[in-house]
Amino acid sequence: MGSRASSLLREEDIEEIKKETGFSHSQITRLYSRFHSLDKGENGALSREDFQRIPELAINPLGDRIINAFFPEGEDQVNFRGFMRTLAHFRPVEDNEKNKDPSAGEPLNSRNNKLLFAFRLYDLDRDDKISRDELLQVLRMMVGVNISDEQLGSIADRTIQEADTNGDMCISFSEFIKVLEKVDVEQKMSIRFLH
Amino acid sequence: MLCFTWLLLPLLLLSAARQAPADLSATGQPGHALARSAEDHEDGGASHHGGGYKIVQWEWSYVQTPYIIAIWLLVASVAKILFHFSQRFTTVVPESCVLILLGLVLGAVVLIANKKQLYQLDPGLFFLFLLPTIVGDAGYFMPSRLFFDNLGAILMYAVVGTLWNAFCTGFCLYGVKLAGVIDDKVQAGLMEFLLFGALISAVDPVAVLAVFEEVHVNEMLFIIVFGESLLNDAVTVVLYKVYISFVEVGPGNVQTADYFKGVASFLVVSIGGTMVGLIFAVILAFITRFTKKVRIIEPLFIFLLVYLAYLTAELFSLSAILSMTFCGIGCNKYVEANISQKSRTTVKYTMKTLASIAETIIFIFLGISAVDKSKWAWDTGLIACTLIFIFVFRAMGVVGQTWILNKFRLVPLEKIDQVVMSYGGLRGAVAFALVVLLDGEQVKAKDYFVATTIVVVFFTVMFQGLTIKPLVKWLKVPRSTNRKPTINEEIHERAFDHILAAIEDIAGLNGYHHWRDKWEQFDKNYLSKLLLRKSVYHKSELWEAYQKINIRDAISVIDQGGNILTSARLSLPSMASRTSFPEVTNVTNYLRENGSGVCLDLQVIDTNPGAKVEEETETHHVLAGNLYKPRRRYQSHYSRHFMTVGDQERQEREVFQRNMRNRLESFKSTHYKRHKKDRSQKKARAQLHLSQLLLLLTSRVKPTNTQLRLGMTQAELVLKREGCSEENKGERSEPDKDEDVGITFVARKGSETPKERPKSVPAALEVCQSPSVAPPSPTCGEKNLPWKGGIGTLPPCVSVEATKIIPIDLQQAWNQSISSLESLASPPVPQEPQHPRVSALYRLSGPPRPPPPPPPVPGQFQFPGGKEEEEESALSQQQEPWLKKQPILSQLCTETKRNQHST
Repeated sequence: MGSRASSLLREEDIEEIKKETGFSHSQITRLYSRFHSLDKGENGALSREDFQRIPELAINPLGDRIINAFFPEGEDQVNFRGFMRTLAHFRPVEDNEKNKDPSAGEPLNSRNNKLLFAFRLYDLDRDDKISRDELLQVLRMMVGVNISDEQLGSIADRTIQEADTNGDMCISFSEFIKVLEKVDVEQKMSIRFLH
Repeated sequence: MLCFTWLLLPLLLLSAARQAPADLSATGQPGHALARSAEDHEDGGASHHGGGYKIVQWEWSYVQTPYIIAIWLLVASVAKILFHFSQRFTTVVPESCVLILLGLVLGAVVLIANKKQLYQLDPGLFFLFLLPTIVGDAGYFMPSRLFFDNLGAILMYAVVGTLWNAFCTGFCLYGVKLAGVIDDKVQAGLMEFLLFGALISAVDPVAVLAVFEEVHVNEMLFIIVFGESLLNDAVTVVLYKVYISFVEVGPGNVQTADYFKGVASFLVVSIGGTMVGLIFAVILAFITRFTKKVRIIEPLFIFLLVYLAYLTAELFSLSAILSMTFCGIGCNKYVEANISQKSRTTVKYTMKTLASIAETIIFIFLGISAVDKSKWAWDTGLIACTLIFIFVFRAMGVVGQTWILNKFRLVPLEKIDQVVMSYGGLRGAVAFALVVLLDGEQVKAKDYFVATTIVVVFFTVMFQGLTIKPLVKWLKVPRSTNRKPTINEEIHERAFDHILAAIEDIAGLNGYHHWRDKWEQFDKNYLSKLLLRKSVYHKSELWEAYQKINIRDAISVIDQGGNILTSARLSLPSMASRTSFPEVTNVTNYLRENGSGVCLDLQVIDTNPGAKVEEETETHHVLAGNLYKPRRRYQSHYSRHFMTVGDQERQEREVFQRNMRNRLESFKSTHYKRHKKDRSQKKARAQLHLSQLLLLLTSRVKPTNTQLRLGMTQAELVLKREGCSEENKGERSEPDKDEDVGITFVARKGSETPKERPKSVPAALEVCQSPSVAPPSPTCGEKNLPWKGGIGTLPPCVSVEATKIIPIDLQQAWNQSISSLESLASPPVPQEPQHPRVSALYRLSGPPRPPPPPPPVPGQFQFPGGKEEEEESALSQQQEPWLKKQPILSQLCTETKRNQHST
């Protein structure tokens, strides 16, 4: 099946994806076969339902948010290119990339982009701010049902208070970066894709 | 070297005091020495020498053993104090070096005094008592996330690395022996050298801990080296045993099957040891579920079971270190959640104390053991070769394994990491104890091995220990920051985990996060259910983390501040100034605060609304019970078995909380705009009234009709909230109620329903809107309210009850106080009677029932008229949100009325 899947992938596409995402050739073909197996509609694009069929995502507290992150705004299909672009956020930062000259543009797996991905999960309305309500929603997803709304509210308040530097009671992206500056995001937002 | 003169001081004291007693050490001939010392002292000391009753008797033999132990502990502790006198010295020289030096000096003194070394690091003592304390501490406080994140690397280094070291060192030593570098006096064959290689190759946990703790390399590096040193125990144990048996039967008689037996033995020893540890972890966690009534011995269970895990593994000759380590790692999460905050502190301090002193003793005794003429069978060739080989092979092993590991690791180990890891392969007391255990009959070269081991240990601990710090600095190895995570980091990192797990699932990789996710599901669904108290199980880890952070912050504020007990002024917090903050949450917050804490008294008054006289007495009692007492009125109290939270503690805590609240508020207000705060205060005050009214009403409703179902009225929701928060509190804090009433869990079921709530509705709003929240069982809130349980037998002095109810557990108090930092401060009820305000509210909302007449209040607690007016005006300013609530209120009131008619 893998061979059939990869045969559907044109060589120039692979090259382009390679350039854009930094994945290796074998990684791209491997992920393409995965993409293909997820694509039940066989139309070269994944819909939300395709993602929702992954059983583990159903029990992932943030599963739906993450699925949404794969879809560009306003669309409900994602092609392989977009799929890879999202996955590329989680590629580990490699040594030779660290010293790459900055003029080449920021790679998708840079620290900022990793953080931006996480930030977007909170920021539903895309106003580049995490409001208290948005934070509460995510918190509610992540905690059990046994924690009361007040408790959660105080956690949210505390969280915002801690991160908020300009007093607008929201966490902006720069504040988000600031508050996580001591976290090894490069490591904690990376997974090892098989070679 | 001022420090050394200081060190010599206790030494002289000790040697003077010990001249005679030292003879009596466990290894000496106690009888003879005892007789001598008894003579000495009776000659000098006791005046009634020779017959008859002696007023003072010299009972040395009676106290001898514990006395010597105590003296040694004292010496070790004093040495630590002295050592830390010199700040500059400690930054350069690791403690372990100094302790070994001290041991050398002490050993010399003993030697000079007795012509014979009496003390040495006894392997039995070491393996049964000293090592477990250190390993237990290390296992229990092992950062499990970090440990499991790097488990692959740790296992690799521990198993493959140790085997590599052992074989290479053994074979090469044999090689150089054949080449003639090692003197012929060293009678050892291949098996002996392999045996020696096995025991000298293992990185030692004690030494690693001692040195690396001071170096502060980054956590990953530390956990890899330290984890390796713990987990290689299984390899060392097996190799050691296998080779000893080989040496016994003679190399010629070893059959092929024996090698396979060796491999099988390794599996049994390592997996068996781990299993024993995990079984004990489960038992321990399970036991701590039920220690609610015996809090005082909670820590003991932990020590005992962790120690038993070690002993049991030794019993079956499994890897005891593995067993203990995994017992500690496994139980930590559940035990920490189950036991009280005080027990946690106790466990922590006791473990650290024991481990610290054990480490000190180990190093001192290592030093002392070295000063022993009988041990020294020096062979330069053997020593030099061993030193070179262990260093070279360690480095080669590390580089080779890291090369393989880096193919699989997300975060590759850099070159400098490898250097530090190679250099940090310290050998220590385990090797020494093992080599001392060798049978001199079987292993002819034992003395040479002992001497070599001592040199190796000293060299690694002292030379490498001394130089590793400059090396780390020079290589610019990333240091650990020793920083506690903030709440943001807690939350976001958790989100990261979820994200990664999801991405792995999407990408179809069954990677690490996938399995961890699976494990966490399993843990949540089965293990935690079995091993955690129900009250704890239902709490979120996030909430726990939040509380911890809050406590830490509050403590740090206090630390900076001082002057705690001054202002008891009530200042309303600026929380409400946050415009996004939904009103309802505020109200419920109030209710929670009031309901769970100080507002007990309000309820008490309300249950007896009838006679004015009764109310007066009630009020009197309330005041008498709750007014803060001057210090001298406290009664001292002692009980061996219970550490009660006395009035004093409660009072101090309350005042402390209030002050904290104020401080944090003022701290906040400097951050936020002033006018905002002022406005918010008024608003808050208005809401305070509302909350009190609600509370008043609901409390009145409930006792009259338990069937009352307000359906989805906010009042009950609020009530439920209140009940739940109350329950959280009561459940953990009052030891008795839990079992007797059996309330808490019913209530939980009720509150589980919010699961169905649509995700799109912001959580905060749901409190009042979501119709899907099932009506909670009416008993839940009610039964949980501590004061309800005792309606019939309510003691006149409420505070007595309150002291019992309010947590034994200090953390609980913190929860309350701190969460109120964020929400609004509850008024200090005992000092500020509510009734004026409540009646004001009644006036506003026009309840069907006439308000209860305000009870007579002692003058000093009367509100100044101006203040009340101001509050009323504040209320009227807040008409708008207030009106919104009115339907609820009137509904509530009519309900109340109806219920009262019906009953």
